[in-house]
Amino acid sequence: MIRRLSNFLYLRPTVFLVLMLALPVFWLGVVYFGSLVSLLINSFFYLDDFSGIIVRQFSLRSYSGLFTAANLDIFQRTASMAALVTLMCALLAFPLAYYMARVAGKRLKALLYLSVMLPLWSSYLVRVYSWKLILAKEGIISWLFKTLGMTWLLEGVLNIPVIGGPSLSISSIGIFVVFVYVWLPYMVLPIQAALERVPISLMEASGDLGAKPSQTFRKVTLPLVFPGVVAGSIFTFSLTLGDFIVPTVLGNSSFFIGQAVLSHQGTSGNIPLAAAMTTVPMLIMGIYLTVARKLGAFEAL
Amino acid sequence: MTGPIDPTIPAISFIDVRRYFDEVKAVDGVDLDIYDGEFFTLLGPSGSGKTTCLRMIAGFDRPTSGQIRLHGIDVSELPPYDRDVNTVFQDYALFPHMTVAENIAYGLMIRKTPRPERNQRVDEMLELVRLPGLGDRKPSQLSGGQRQRVALARALINRPRVLLLDEPLGALDLKLREQMQIELKNIQVQVGITFVYVTHDQEEALTMSDRLAVFNHGRIEQVGTPSEIYEAPGTSFVAGFVGVSNLVSGASALEITGKSGTFSIRPEKIQISDIHSAIPQGYYSTIGKVSEVVYLGMYTRYLVELEKGGELTVVQQNLNATSMDVLTKRGTMVRLLWDQTHVHVIRED
Repeated sequence: MIRRLSNFLYLRPTVFLVLMLALPVFWLGVVYFGSLVSLLINSFFYLDDFSGIIVRQFSLRSYSGLFTAANLDIFQRTASMAALVTLMCALLAFPLAYYMARVAGKRLKALLYLSVMLPLWSSYLVRVYSWKLILAKEGIISWLFKTLGMTWLLEGVLNIPVIGGPSLSISSIGIFVVFVYVWLPYMVLPIQAALERVPISLMEASGDLGAKPSQTFRKVTLPLVFPGVVAGSIFTFSLTLGDFIVPTVLGNSSFFIGQAVLSHQGTSGNIPLAAAMTTVPMLIMGIYLTVARKLGAFEAL
Repeated sequence: MTGPIDPTIPAISFIDVRRYFDEVKAVDGVDLDIYDGEFFTLLGPSGSGKTTCLRMIAGFDRPTSGQIRLHGIDVSELPPYDRDVNTVFQDYALFPHMTVAENIAYGLMIRKTPRPERNQRVDEMLELVRLPGLGDRKPSQLSGGQRQRVALARALINRPRVLLLDEPLGALDLKLREQMQIELKNIQVQVGITFVYVTHDQEEALTMSDRLAVFNHGRIEQVGTPSEIYEAPGTSFVAGFVGVSNLVSGASALEITGKSGTFSIRPEKIQISDIHSAIPQGYYSTIGKVSEVVYLGMYTRYLVELEKGGELTVVQQNLNATSMDVLTKRGTMVRLLWDQTHVHVIRED
């Protein structure tokens, strides 16, 4: 029976292909792409302010509603947070990934791999809330500063406008720290994979031709690993752009895009405006990828 | 490091060099002198320590003990970028994100050579390796043979005093390999620097080298010119690894030479003749039964079983013989004759 089925499929590769691809194509095409289209369609409707009813007619009213001072403030806040988080993740991930890919022995590498992956196995919400406790006024960090007699430093930093707040657990610094923590694995893994793909002989060749290790790093390693950094940054950047939990748990009344979308479609029932707002991170990502492409990030792929 | 060349000082010296990887003795006591302008080959099977020796000259690896000198200076503590040697890698190791010209100019760019001179020397190199006009291509757009030439140009542009080549022709097909062997040799004569060449291909080693060292189990079995190595193998390993060799020992050796021990004789030196034919002066002789005949077009290979044990491989050119002629020899008794001067004593008991 199985043999006949195997023979049947072996002789008809097209049938086999269709069977294999039907489900993923359905998933991508209908569930994923379809919901995206429905989102786009919704963004061109608008909410009638007076009746509170969604008017299903083509209109750019929801889009024009995006351009309020408060909204622009939200976009700017979210995009700069995403950029800073990405930068910090890259700076932290590169040495770690380099160590994992090039220096560590088999056992240590497995251990490091596990410790990078392990946090992803526990609930993201639990981890965010545990950071809330770590960063709280009565938390371990404040305690550490107090023990070292450096509470003045912590308070000084918290008094800086924009990034500060009443405590680390209600501040932009807190949001930044937790974002970097939760998205770091998404940066480490692609960089490590990219480093593993660069043959050691290329680095040896560079040294052989007279390049000091720092020159080899700039001229050979970094350009070849850059696509991995870009791949990682796509994760960290887009995940930060769309997240609403971290700013809700650790932020104050200054919204991020995700929170704004949530409140528009939940509290005020303005789904068209929420949908229009969702296109903003997509647009930012589009610009980001275009710039990365212009910088030659994908040339070495 | 570039001083005047003193011909009495070897370009490269190994002084009791050892390299152990935990329990594995990759290189186990190598002493070797390579002189300026030589085409020197490190020949041996895989895992014999030849590549490790090359990597220690380049500086990618350091000896566990012993000393390596380049032109008389101990370089054991010098990193690769401070050594006046360049390497052609087995996988070519071309930088995929740079063009051919950028690859070749890499060493000059690192040394901050002015751009006009850089460009001029890149053009000279492209000319030398016969790739003019391909400077703007990416390595991925080149064939294996072309990549090989780029790797060579990239190493030679720095005008090193020693060029190291790690099985550079290993990935090429036979025809291209033979062509590149001749070309490499010509380039070496043209630039006049020392080439240290690693290969496991004994034919390649014999064709190209001025001298060669045969490696086995991390040690050097024999150093000499190709004809010394081929005609007078010093050990049974060399006799077996370089070319095909018959080793005769035991009762047969005693019967043939009158002495006991192990002797080597090359298959092409043995003549097959009629069992009753006379033995000329200065020849060794024995009788055996032809057990196998392999017709190979240009020549025929016979396997002859000796009466006193052991067997000899004999190769004869097919001067007048056809395949029909040679195949009738199977199963017949023949007399084997060879000049005593072709016999080499491997070990005398």
